[in-house]
Amino acid sequence: MSNDAMTSDDKQITDGKKRYASGVLKYKQMGYWQPDYVPKDTDLIALFRITPQEGVPADECAAAVAGESSTATWTVVWTDRLTACELYRAKAYRVDPVPNTGPGTKTEQQYFAYIAYDLDLFEPGSIANMTASIIGNVFGFKAVKALRLEDMRIPVAYLKTFQGPATGIVVERERLDKFGRPLLGATTKPKLGLSGRNYGRVVYEALKGGLDFVKDDENINSQPFMHWRDRFLYCMEAVNRASAATGEVKGHYLNVTAGTMDEMIARAEFAKSLGSIIIMIDLVIGYTAIQTMAVWARKNDMILHLHRAGNSTYSRQKNHGMNFRVICKWMRMAGVDHIHAGTVVGKLEGDPLMIKGFYDTLRETHTPQSLETGLFFEQDWASLNKVMPVASGGIHAGQMHQLLTYLGDDVVLQFGGGTIGHPQGIQAGATANRVALEAMVLARNEGRDIWNEGPQILRDAAKWCTPLKQALDVWGDVTFNYESTDTADYAPTATASV
Amino acid sequence: MMTNSNQRVTQGQFSFLPDLTDTQITAQLEYALKKGWAIGIEYTDDPHPRNTYWEMFGNPLFDLRDPAGILMEINSCRKTFPSHYIRVTAFDATRGVESPTMSYIVNRPAKEPGFGLVRQEVDNRSIRYTVHSYATDKPEGERY
Repeated sequence: MSNDAMTSDDKQITDGKKRYASGVLKYKQMGYWQPDYVPKDTDLIALFRITPQEGVPADECAAAVAGESSTATWTVVWTDRLTACELYRAKAYRVDPVPNTGPGTKTEQQYFAYIAYDLDLFEPGSIANMTASIIGNVFGFKAVKALRLEDMRIPVAYLKTFQGPATGIVVERERLDKFGRPLLGATTKPKLGLSGRNYGRVVYEALKGGLDFVKDDENINSQPFMHWRDRFLYCMEAVNRASAATGEVKGHYLNVTAGTMDEMIARAEFAKSLGSIIIMIDLVIGYTAIQTMAVWARKNDMILHLHRAGNSTYSRQKNHGMNFRVICKWMRMAGVDHIHAGTVVGKLEGDPLMIKGFYDTLRETHTPQSLETGLFFEQDWASLNKVMPVASGGIHAGQMHQLLTYLGDDVVLQFGGGTIGHPQGIQAGATANRVALEAMVLARNEGRDIWNEGPQILRDAAKWCTPLKQALDVWGDVTFNYESTDTADYAPTATASV
Repeated sequence: MMTNSNQRVTQGQFSFLPDLTDTQITAQLEYALKKGWAIGIEYTDDPHPRNTYWEMFGNPLFDLRDPAGILMEINSCRKTFPSHYIRVTAFDATRGVESPTMSYIVNRPAKEPGFGLVRQEVDNRSIRYTVHSYATDKPEGERY
């Protein structure tokens, strides 16, 4: 890979007097490029997609990212010599050209840069501290035109300093007494404008009709048309009425997102006092707030649902920001029980293989390296609980065979419009979804090829279930086929050349 | 009478479908056995949603790997408790799960009276809710 764009001739300066003479050095000269470095098991490894500025070789660019996300500043400082600076320096140790970028392609040349960080750089149990380094100043750094955090390998030693999901998939199912099938949910619509009393009506109808959960939307907090206490009180009436009507445990994700931490805790405490089994927060509240709520949830036997509001502002574009799989990792560490992670077939962004990578990250105890699903590193989850992914956005009963095939059993399938928009009402919409789901699980377990026979299985069930027939008549042909913006860049061999 | 769409307790994986036939149950048993899960048979006459511990019709059948044999056990339970709720549960002992992975009802009483909701009005507008199973007003064994 002796290519001018790849490498510069600069070498680390090892002579102390020269290295620490006042002035500006290249990051490689300062020691942030260590091609022979073998990461330790306790190192945190970050994989960045870098687009260097014109004339900056890739290895110098990677070294600069390592420097700016760890100990470096723009000029040499003698105070480094008071520290074990060799240890604290992050080490860029590998740079690969990204397949299908550079001359002859639509995209300017990008590189995957591997950077290792010593465990001592990070405060135990703090996502905020870790991210302040990894996605801190470095993202505005001039030497890189664009920068994207693609993946991270979190060492077991660091994972063990985090609580992890308050409840986890296994315990959530035990508490709900629901096994062997995806859970069903819906988001109350319209998301804004309903009074507390009208809002609770939607919740009651959907739960009684057969859903397990109903959900507040991300932007329903406490507004002039419905203050939060009203919503909580009416929703819990709905949940308990529906539970009595069906003999099942039911829940409504009460969104406790608010302007201050104190207010969020107060709302969570009220939800608890009313007997709610689940509360909800938005990603926009920030990492520390999320961790605080996860600790509260563990202490109070509460399932914690996270809506990923805001993530697409930085996760969707391929050249800059961060991949959603990294958010999945951080949220498993931070301790949420549910996170929206894509549907494949619905209205929101999602390549099937990328979504599989997110789901595996949330649900497996151990994930091997898998470049096709975007997992660059083997990851041992160190017995952190599993997070239940939530599939939401433009999905309906007619896609049940696809949803079950792509997403498996441990997922909440949320049919908002697909429940509330049913021509015969909300209960009928919920029943249609539940019948479609149970019929599909039954058929899959019987060994039938649901991918191909799915539409027939649904039509057969619709013969005795009118609500399902009506749902298929209305939505059966609705699909969202757009090209994904975020797909894996990999070639069959791990180190690809262009 | 229950007023939900199928007028019955809807716990378990398949309560929204027509009652499973023995052939259908056998197929589900085969699925579980193929996965290496153990089957347990449990019964109750208190279907309260938070009644976790139904009575065990013997220990889970860890060493019985033949679906026909398990179906015989299910039918023997049905014969002994014809008016009880009976559920089949599959247990997965894999690390990271170690919990039930399937649960479905294979027998239920002819009439299901359902549940009432008891409301205790407390501070402000808060209400403490209790789901009450009508059947449990009678003693165990005399409920259906």
